[in-house]
Amino acid sequence: MRVLRFLAGLLFVAAAAGLAFAVSDYRLFQLTTVAVYAVAILGLALVTGFNGQISLGHGAFYAVGAYVTAILMAHYGVPYWATLPASAAICAALGFLIGLPALRLGGLYLALTTFALAVATPQLLKYHAFEGWTGGVQGLVLDKPDPPPGLPLPLNADQWLYLCTLGVSAVLFLLAANLVRGRIGLAMRAVRDHPLAAEATGIDVALLKTRTFAVSAMVTGVAGSMGAVAVGFVAPDSFTVMLSITLFVGLVVGGVASVAGPVFGGAFIAFLPNIAEDISKAAPGAVYGVVLIAFMFLLPSGVAGGLGRLLRRAARRPA
Amino acid sequence: MYRRTLLAAAGPLAATLGVLNRASPARAEAPGVTATEIKIGQTQAYSGPASAYGAIGRGLTAFFKRVNDGGGIAGRRINFISVDDGYMPPKAVEQTRRLVEQEGVSFLLNSLGTPSNSAVQKYLNQKKVPQLFVSSGADKWANPKEFPWTIGWQPSYRTEAQIYAKHILQNKPGGKLAVLYQNDDFGKDYVAGLRDVLGDRYDRMLAKAVSYEVTDPTIDSQIVTLQGSGADVLVTAATPKFSAQAIRKIYDLNWKPLHFLTNVSSSVAAVINPAGPERAVGIILGGYVKEVSDPAWENDPGMNEWRAFMKEYMPGADLADANYPFSYGVGGTTVQVLKQCDGDFSRENILKQATNLQTLQLPTLLPGITVSTSSTNYHPIRQLQMHRWNGTRWERFGNVIEGSGD
Repeated sequence: MRVLRFLAGLLFVAAAAGLAFAVSDYRLFQLTTVAVYAVAILGLALVTGFNGQISLGHGAFYAVGAYVTAILMAHYGVPYWATLPASAAICAALGFLIGLPALRLGGLYLALTTFALAVATPQLLKYHAFEGWTGGVQGLVLDKPDPPPGLPLPLNADQWLYLCTLGVSAVLFLLAANLVRGRIGLAMRAVRDHPLAAEATGIDVALLKTRTFAVSAMVTGVAGSMGAVAVGFVAPDSFTVMLSITLFVGLVVGGVASVAGPVFGGAFIAFLPNIAEDISKAAPGAVYGVVLIAFMFLLPSGVAGGLGRLLRRAARRPA
Repeated sequence: MYRRTLLAAAGPLAATLGVLNRASPARAEAPGVTATEIKIGQTQAYSGPASAYGAIGRGLTAFFKRVNDGGGIAGRRINFISVDDGYMPPKAVEQTRRLVEQEGVSFLLNSLGTPSNSAVQKYLNQKKVPQLFVSSGADKWANPKEFPWTIGWQPSYRTEAQIYAKHILQNKPGGKLAVLYQNDDFGKDYVAGLRDVLGDRYDRMLAKAVSYEVTDPTIDSQIVTLQGSGADVLVTAATPKFSAQAIRKIYDLNWKPLHFLTNVSSSVAAVINPAGPERAVGIILGGYVKEVSDPAWENDPGMNEWRAFMKEYMPGADLADANYPFSYGVGGTTVQVLKQCDGDFSRENILKQATNLQTLQLPTLLPGITVSTSSTNYHPIRQLQMHRWNGTRWERFGNVIEGSGD
């Protein structure tokens, strides 16, 4: 089953990579966005889905990742790929630090604390003391990275960026899948399902929670970095509290405790606004809401959960 | 059974292939233009924090519907595709790329918002797609050297401040100036505009300039500081919430400077009423669009034309919403540009004509305020008339004043 799953993942990534040569640049840009959102939701899934801590503030880590990349690229001329480790490190550290006090607060209180973080982020980004770096309200404009010369295939900037994003995303998903399946993943779920029992078996609950939060912030931060380059622009208005909520919506729609779920969630939050707007320009928000409610009724455990149920039913049926 | 499965699988596959196929270019004479159609794109905030501005997009859509009902332009109907970006820059990038690459629009028209337009400015200029009549008062859209394909429409904040400075020089040349500005591009545009006109006199006239952050809860202490400077002229370069606070605090302190507000703070509902209409008496700001409530326009041909349009094409819309006369003006400007194109709808020519408007008069703009552009003048509207709050409504007074600089 494990090998099968790995192969399925590999096949999916290969097919996705093939799309780079089959669809228009605009569609590639959209798919890049889907991959970015998927990774951002993956980060959220680690902490909320597998560790049971509700975070409504992951847009903040996404923003920090985006700004780290933007500042390094715009002010220091660092190449795109080199900003990813920096952004990962900074977001992980930030996640750990914020996790320290925040995670002492359980459940709804943590949700509110992280929500406050998300509310504060755009204003902090506008704060004039950082303006030299962040560009203030104006934001920073980034150059789209060109593909390196001497590639066996001639790629344009959109194709190159898509493939880069896809590659990084695939690695992050693989790492997350391993983490979740292993000993630590088991501990994470134990803490989620029964913290007292987990503590009794010798798990340091507070430390594990904080570390999970750090890893989660790191993953979402890297997504922010990739998103900043894909869009080519960062500004405080890109990272409002709606971003955090949107990520949360994607998480729930995709499937909360699932590694594959964020892919569906990413596609959902990337495409639904367009579909909603096509249906009604007067009230896209209402259409969005109706679709969301319909999803919750039809697929209460998210797309990944629903698919899993279908697969299991198909497997049970005699051939 | 097997056949059915195969057929069932073939449907989505064919659909997928359809999507995957790169859109084959329609027989076009210029990008976005065929013998029967001109495609124009816009990103607009139909959802999100700025969705009140969605009225501009709806107004323009109705405007072009009327143009089409009247036979279109040069035998072509306008296909105006206005899409939602929720006032989110990343969404604006996606939607703009969709409009340019997928829909294949000829140009972008009056897309909303400084952040959203900043996010796509480089892309559009690299692709040489005109980014016309940007819906934002930032002064940065007038930068033909670096971004020749981008041009604004409404008077920029900087132009507005230049006009305030001229008014001050005319009416209170010996005044002592206090400036309260929001510490961002919006506020700094005003300071720059004052300096443009006052030059080195700025420092001599200036009693005190203080800034506030958008994040500040109140600006009371700034007002107290400014009053303490002994100034008798105050320019408040603030957004509506802070303008209302300023009015209230100044009244409470019994300070009576010649007080200028920003055009964006002219809303009676958002600024004057919260502060108290009686406290705002005497406040001055510049305007360029005809106020629907102004009795002077009851029999005005321009406003009658606009009212007839609203009645037929936007029944039920709130006539008091200043976004509608605004969008009517933008629509009129666009039609003039397309008429001037004289059948050559290449992007180069559209830009050339958009930057070649000569004192165009529009039905919903104040008399004497015209739209003029050139290859070096990227400020289409650069005049304002002063308005004074008389306790019940904004009253126009004095002549139309023109900004300086280019």
